[in-house]
Amino acid sequence: MNDNPYMPYLMRIEKITYEAPGVKTLMLKFVKEEDEKKFDFEAGQFGMYSVYGVGESAFCIASSPTRKGYIECTFRRAGRVTNALSNCEEGNLIGFRGPYGRSFPVNEWKWKNLLFIAGGIALPPMRCVIWNILDLRDNFKDVTIIYGARSVSDLVYKRELQDWGSREDVRLITTVDPGGETPDWKGETGFVPAIVEKAAPSPDNTIAIVCGPPVMIKYTFPILSKRGFADENIFTTLENRMKCGFGKCGRCNIGKMYVCKDGPVFTLAQLKELPDEY
Amino acid sequence: MNTDKRLIRKDSLENLFDILRKKNKIIYAPVSKNSKIIFNKVESFQEIATGYVQTVQSPKEVYFPRFETVLEYTMSKDNISVESVNPDDIPEVILWGVRPCDAMGIGILSAIFNQDFDDEIYNKHLSHLTVLGFSCNKADEYCFCTSVGGNPGNTEGSDILFTQLGENGDYLAEIITEKGWSVVSLAEGLFETAGEINKNQFLADLPSMFEIDEIRKNLENIYSSELWTEQSLKCIGCGACAYVCPTCACFDLQDEAHGKLGRRLRCWDSCGFSLFTLHASGHNPRQLQSQRWRQRIMHKFSYIPEKLSVFGCTGCGRCSRACPADMNILEYLISLQEATI
Repeated sequence: MNDNPYMPYLMRIEKITYEAPGVKTLMLKFVKEEDEKKFDFEAGQFGMYSVYGVGESAFCIASSPTRKGYIECTFRRAGRVTNALSNCEEGNLIGFRGPYGRSFPVNEWKWKNLLFIAGGIALPPMRCVIWNILDLRDNFKDVTIIYGARSVSDLVYKRELQDWGSREDVRLITTVDPGGETPDWKGETGFVPAIVEKAAPSPDNTIAIVCGPPVMIKYTFPILSKRGFADENIFTTLENRMKCGFGKCGRCNIGKMYVCKDGPVFTLAQLKELPDEY
Repeated sequence: MNTDKRLIRKDSLENLFDILRKKNKIIYAPVSKNSKIIFNKVESFQEIATGYVQTVQSPKEVYFPRFETVLEYTMSKDNISVESVNPDDIPEVILWGVRPCDAMGIGILSAIFNQDFDDEIYNKHLSHLTVLGFSCNKADEYCFCTSVGGNPGNTEGSDILFTQLGENGDYLAEIITEKGWSVVSLAEGLFETAGEINKNQFLADLPSMFEIDEIRKNLENIYSSELWTEQSLKCIGCGACAYVCPTCACFDLQDEAHGKLGRRLRCWDSCGFSLFTLHASGHNPRQLQSQRWRQRIMHKFSYIPEKLSVFGCTGCGRCSRACPADMNILEYLISLQEATI
């Protein structure tokens, strides 16, 4: 059988990076050259990662489509599969199938300002777009990244944050929740929505991409709306429990829309059409 | 292909069965087991139950098994070899005694599994399946096929539909598909020419109980109604409704491994379970039973019709018969027609 939709690619764990307590990034390479050749994806798409004998889990592809030959995923140890992934070592083989879902319309964002707002473990689904944009930096105007976590140690991609912070062409604002700062913390202290309000981003020719825990999203959207961002210019990416990844297993829907195939990327305008069941 | 009508004598049904069995056909039919009528593999005609209105389970598990291997793997120290399941290994099966509501359900499952791309595993089951439908000459208080586009003598989904012409009467055989004809060709002599026969007088009398299009329209308005809570207060979230349903297709994927050998299985699941949508973080988008009940009704009567132009229900009434809390979908659907926020 050639087209078993449940058949994963066989991937080798090339590199494991410790990001934060319970959070790791795996760099995965295709074992078979023909798989690597035919594989392509766009920023914002996701996949099903599997540990054989344990099961599959859905998360985004955290690396940029501009970087070929590998994919990366960043996950927090939370359930059975992420625990098993967390116990894997470099050189181990795992499964990956995808890419699934609709991507961020990066091509439509040329010559626009981009405002990224992320909280906690929700930076990974945005990192693919950030690197995608930065690798094609000349095509975009101002890039602002606002990223917050509960504490300094919970910030993921610490080295990349340093890199983005030192670039002339990126405005990076990092923040930690009150009480989460260390004595030498140089970033902001406060919840993400408050920091967004303080940063006072202009809605002119700007796309906002927001991703974080539900409570962060809930309080950030109104601030952007108040500042004049149109619902069509506010993007987010959602997660729901998934099994198949292609609209059949029946659990990730929000009303009539499936997160796996109608999303995971949605605009606020689209979300407002959907029931509040996510 | 035009439907052809033939007559088969009551006593010849057994001959037909024996001929099919002698050709080594695997036959599933309703049998009585522990006072329940269920579909089971049968060897002799005498095993087949008669006089029942409906089987406890739909025949769904014959072509969409409760759990089915989608891939197998062998793990060694440095390698994993993964083999896809070979759909050609799926056996040819005859389903004998399928009610028209269940036969209609096969097409609904097909629409679900083949949306966007073809599901080869499911399709192979279907291409290896011959459906011998039997019309209903009686219905019970749970039946409502006529309210959702079916009827007790509906030929949809059957390869041959048999209708008994009165109590102890002979059978009208409507040969509907190529597969139906290949059954006839094995036992040509048993199928006699039929004269003008109006089968309707022999079918169960089941008036339509609600306007399905009105319900569908009204569902657009009542998402936030209190009614979902009221209707589902009794629900214990056991998922029995989904397991007996001929059109419930939602599934789980699970790994099962013993030592170095393992397989990945596609297993039945139910939107009635709280685990169905539970995130690893503990967050659950449908944490209340009322939300899960709403999902069940919305999926069948709003989302599926919108995407696939079929309803996700054939009116078989099994969910009502199986419900340990005595929830009656027919009553609820009738009240949904009029419901407001």
